Amino acid sequence: MGEPIRSIIVLAAIFVGVLATAAGLIWLERRLLGLWQDRYGPNRAGPFGSLQVVADMIKIFTKEDWIPPFADKPVFIIAPSIIVVTTILSFAIIPFGPGIQIANLNIGLLFFLAMSSLSVYSVALAGWASDNKYSLLGGLRAAAQMLGYEVFMGLSLTGVIILAGSFNLSDIVNAQRKMWFFIPQFPGFLIFLIAGLAETRRIPFDLPEAENELVAGYHTEYSGMKFGMFFVGEYMGVTLISALIATLFFGGWMGPLLPPPLWMIIKTFVFICFFILIRATLPRLRYDQLISFGWKLMLPLALLNIVVTGAVAIAIN
Amino acid sequence: MDLTTDILQDLQNLFGEWILSDQTTKDDIPTVWVTPQKVHEILSYLKTGISKPYRMLYDVTAIDERLRSHRKGQPGSEFTIVYHLLSFDRNSDIRVKTPLRGENPSILSIVDIWQSANWYEREIWDMFGIKFEGHPHLRRILMPPSWNGHPLRKEHPARATEMGPFQLPEEKAESLEKDLQFNPEEWGMKSEGQDTDLMFLNFGPQHPGTHGLLRIILALDGEEIADAVMDIGYHHRGAEKMAERQSWHTFIPYTDRIDYLGGVMNNFAYVQAAESLAGIQVPEKAQMIRIMMAEFFRISSHLVWYGTFAQDLGAMSPVFYMFNDRERVFEIVSAITGGRMHPAWFRIGGVSQDLPKGWDRLVSEFIEYFPARLAEYDKLVMQNPIFKARTQGVGTYTLDDAIEWGVTGPGLRACGLDWDFRKKRPYSGYDQLEFDVPVASKGDCYDRAVVRVEELRQSLRIIRQCLKNMPEGPYKSDHPLATPPLKEHTMKDIETLITHFLSVSWGPVVKPGESFSRIEATKGANSYYLISDGNTMAYRTRIRTPSFAHLQMVPYISKGLTIADLIAILGSVDYVLADVDR
Repeated sequence: MGEPIRSIIVLAAIFVGVLATAAGLIWLERRLLGLWQDRYGPNRAGPFGSLQVVADMIKIFTKEDWIPPFADKPVFIIAPSIIVVTTILSFAIIPFGPGIQIANLNIGLLFFLAMSSLSVYSVALAGWASDNKYSLLGGLRAAAQMLGYEVFMGLSLTGVIILAGSFNLSDIVNAQRKMWFFIPQFPGFLIFLIAGLAETRRIPFDLPEAENELVAGYHTEYSGMKFGMFFVGEYMGVTLISALIATLFFGGWMGPLLPPPLWMIIKTFVFICFFILIRATLPRLRYDQLISFGWKLMLPLALLNIVVTGAVAIAIN
Repeated sequence: MDLTTDILQDLQNLFGEWILSDQTTKDDIPTVWVTPQKVHEILSYLKTGISKPYRMLYDVTAIDERLRSHRKGQPGSEFTIVYHLLSFDRNSDIRVKTPLRGENPSILSIVDIWQSANWYEREIWDMFGIKFEGHPHLRRILMPPSWNGHPLRKEHPARATEMGPFQLPEEKAESLEKDLQFNPEEWGMKSEGQDTDLMFLNFGPQHPGTHGLLRIILALDGEEIADAVMDIGYHHRGAEKMAERQSWHTFIPYTDRIDYLGGVMNNFAYVQAAESLAGIQVPEKAQMIRIMMAEFFRISSHLVWYGTFAQDLGAMSPVFYMFNDRERVFEIVSAITGGRMHPAWFRIGGVSQDLPKGWDRLVSEFIEYFPARLAEYDKLVMQNPIFKARTQGVGTYTLDDAIEWGVTGPGLRACGLDWDFRKKRPYSGYDQLEFDVPVASKGDCYDRAVVRVEELRQSLRIIRQCLKNMPEGPYKSDHPLATPPLKEHTMKDIETLITHFLSVSWGPVVKPGESFSRIEATKGANSYYLISDGNTMAYRTRIRTPSFAHLQMVPYISKGLTIADLIAILGSVDYVLADVDR
């Protein structure tokens, strides 16, 4: 099999896999929340309600896609696609097995950080273009939140980079042959987990959306498939962060017996479920608490983690 | 009764020539008539001048006296304003009445004495057309701004059929919408902050965070609330007006829907007032059953609060657990009463039916089950660090603030005053039961939650005692005015049959008089002030609800905080909009 064909197959498999996972998560999240909240969740369409995804898709595609007359039309339309595009692009650098990767970039991690920074535009612009006060507040909250959380998200990964000596995700996975990085980099793992939660704007960091306060925040005015893109974008974000946690801290595709891609998928799903469990458990922070939590606690911790990791690395070498 | 004569004597000495007369009412609350010119001064004296002052303005309302025939001993009046004050130091109430004359009379506002008088006076203006001079924003509060007439005046129609068909042509719809446009200057709001322009945010009436139809207009500096104005009345159904067209008995189901989470708790206050007018002594068993059902509804209402409060702060699961538990309460309620949220089960003179067979098993099962759940909720909600961060030190008010604004119930106890009407003015045999009154000290959102959570445990304790000590005996009084009357003897002699027939078809005829009954409802002090003119219907029914007073205070405590805090405050205040608007 020629290299180009193989690449195309990998690309297609990852693309379809990601989209299918994101769609499936709609069902999975509702079922799991139902389980944890002593209720059923969607259980009517198909076995265990699994066809609910199809039903939701049909609904969201056929709903009226309304653009408010007062909105800034071009920006209003572009905004939701940004989040989908940047998140999908981020998947390019994730290795799902030895050599199963769309782009084996040397600057893999930096590429991910760049993409996640871009995705902020989606939310901030959506809030701005809607010309609705609730959306505006949501967009502003998103911008401030991302600004704070991007910083230590990058810093929290520095420890991993020091240990692996590379930005390349395949190298990072290979560097974990002896020991998964969540052991030496436990603080880094926790910080990245929290930053990841904030990145995906889920409880306790769902302030840009904050149903009880801002109705639906930045996507209050969105309907139909444009809303669907935010929705799917959020689930893809969850999948992405879970896959990254698995790759960076839990040995990626490595594991005994089972084929490598399966290990990767299992690990990713464990973290997806963990994310959903967090949503079922925690209340939401307040805006100023979230910001000061980021700048005053997480950032110094991330810096401390770098200093200690660096010192230990120098001492060992 | 010493204090009662004391205060009347005191007033007589100081304001002798302005005191028109005393009035005796069935509720034994000292009631004094004073001339309108001196009301302001006398009220001010009662609040600040005397030792052990009457610090809380409990209620202000009015009576349209023009059609009232039994007014013996009362000064001539067309519209009477009734000020109801409460003293915590004396554990005593006083009612100050003042007679007004003329089609559209006016009187001096007392907003400068009590800030909480603001909404009460607006309500009187709205309902009776009585003007208050010096009131900062005397405008309609419950009715739409374009409403014609003042509904609680006797000449105002009570039924839609008396008013001509409802029509909503386009121009009317437009003008109605225009009326709702908010003009900040009218309310004394500024559109500029210190160095910034303020953003006005229309919060509600349809909003997921307001728990019903409530509109708040916020002036925001970023996310900080610079000013807030409440707009209520979207849930107004005219319950007080309906009371004037329903028989004493048929009004009971309407009371259920005042605080729609409180169920029979509303019946409780109403039937007690009616019984005191009719002079009915309620049998012991009925009293105990009433207490038990009321406490079940306290649990049910607090569970809704608990879950929704957690949800307001973003925790999505607790509300499901708590509604599941509430469902267990409703299973018991429906086994006993046949209804769920609005069983309308209390009757004048007792309760509707005897307890069904097997009720004790249901109740004891719940008593076994519930404490473990409460312990779990403590871990899930009350001890959660994020929950604490969101609620501690947020929405704080002092005890003085609380008294000034007429706060009762858990909101008052969270400020450190162990004031519970079940203890301080025991009714229906609460004095025979053992329970503690939970208190907290800081008066913030968290402390209000602490008090309510502990109340859940205390209610369970009360129910346990009811279960153990449920007396034998009748569930309804055999007094002739108890409604519907017991039927036992109707088939044996014609007189009883006739009485029964009349009492069921027309309803009981209650002797003229005035009475007031107050209970410690789920959200605070709920009371009914009934005036009978010797008819089958009440001449005037005043429903004083805790939510009204509590909601009025929200702008005061939310200034300088953020939108997220406002949501926490609204959740912690625990109001029901039906209870606010009536």
